[in-house]
Amino acid sequence: MTKDAAGKEAIVEGRVLSDGTPVRSGYARLLGTGDEFVAEVPLGEDGGFRFFAAPGEWTLRVLAPGGVRAERTVSADIGQITRVEVLV
Amino acid sequence: MSRSDVLVDADWVEARIGEPGIALVEVDEDTSAYDRGHIPGAIKIDWKKDLQDPVRRDFVDKAGFEALLSERGISNDDTVVLYGGNNNWFAAYAYWYFKLYGHQNVLLLDGGRKKWELDSRELTTDVPAREKTSYTATEQDASLRALRDEVLAAIGKRNLVDVRSPDEFAGRLLAPAHLPQEQAQRGGHIPTARNVPWSKAANDDGTFRSDDELETLYKGEAGLDFGKDTIAYCRIGERSAHTWFVLHEILGLPNVKNYDGSWTEYGSLVGVPIELGDAR
Repeated sequence: MTKDAAGKEAIVEGRVLSDGTPVRSGYARLLGTGDEFVAEVPLGEDGGFRFFAAPGEWTLRVLAPGGVRAERTVSADIGQITRVEVLV
Repeated sequence: MSRSDVLVDADWVEARIGEPGIALVEVDEDTSAYDRGHIPGAIKIDWKKDLQDPVRRDFVDKAGFEALLSERGISNDDTVVLYGGNNNWFAAYAYWYFKLYGHQNVLLLDGGRKKWELDSRELTTDVPAREKTSYTATEQDASLRALRDEVLAAIGKRNLVDVRSPDEFAGRLLAPAHLPQEQAQRGGHIPTARNVPWSKAANDDGTFRSDDELETLYKGEAGLDFGKDTIAYCRIGERSAHTWFVLHEILGLPNVKNYDGSWTEYGSLVGVPIELGDAR
């Protein structure tokens, strides 16, 4: 997890990779405490995703064909981009 | 209405690809998804360009809807099967919209585009040719759509269901977390609204939860009075169309309206009451 400056937003973004290759078909979901759903995006051509979150701790869940499922804990801060790489 | 009248699964759709009398339609916020690959035989509708008036904040009128469906080759007798991304938000919105203009035979593909993709089913970039039709719509069915004055009058009297995320409900965010934070002038929710995020009605793969789970969610946990009329809202009316679909079409509650003006309208109105903070 790395951090960069991002104006007034609290951004969580990253990529999903399998054996070093972007996972193009799949979904990233952001979940709050108690598995509360916050948002979901389809993965981009580069396996990428981006969320404009509220500051705090979040669970990032990735779903992809073939029953692929991965989870990571991430933190978001106002004015920062939190970058995450998820390997599946 | 009940689940079997309004929902079909992927096997049902797969068995009917190219069948006459079926119009399979992908509805998305981001129509480039359709262009990259869609269910064979599906045409596309852009929820904004095709269904919204380009100038006023409103739907295309009856004549505009007739022109759209005629041009896309959908006839009055066709069974329209809708699916889309974002857990069927925009497909549910289009479903509601088709009902609003009187199209009776409409079905939703359970799980939408996501479940189809996660199941590794076939997608194509071929665009089907459908012959133009001469579609006739009815006037909008006012029993399905709530406008702002009706929403204000419903405070404390009817069930108001805010289907946004808890952070949007509380006023900490103005839009879902995958979108830039813009739009309404103020954050918060309509007083007396219960917060039942749309996502609680769906499984991870985008399919709807069981009837029993849905009834427990709205009646048991959120305490909705099923004997009262209900208005659902979100930010721009598409997530609340998903909840409208659950309450009106799956659970069969008689009087449920979607407030498509939703928070982008309500949260910018001058002088209306707003509540802040988490659900109690």
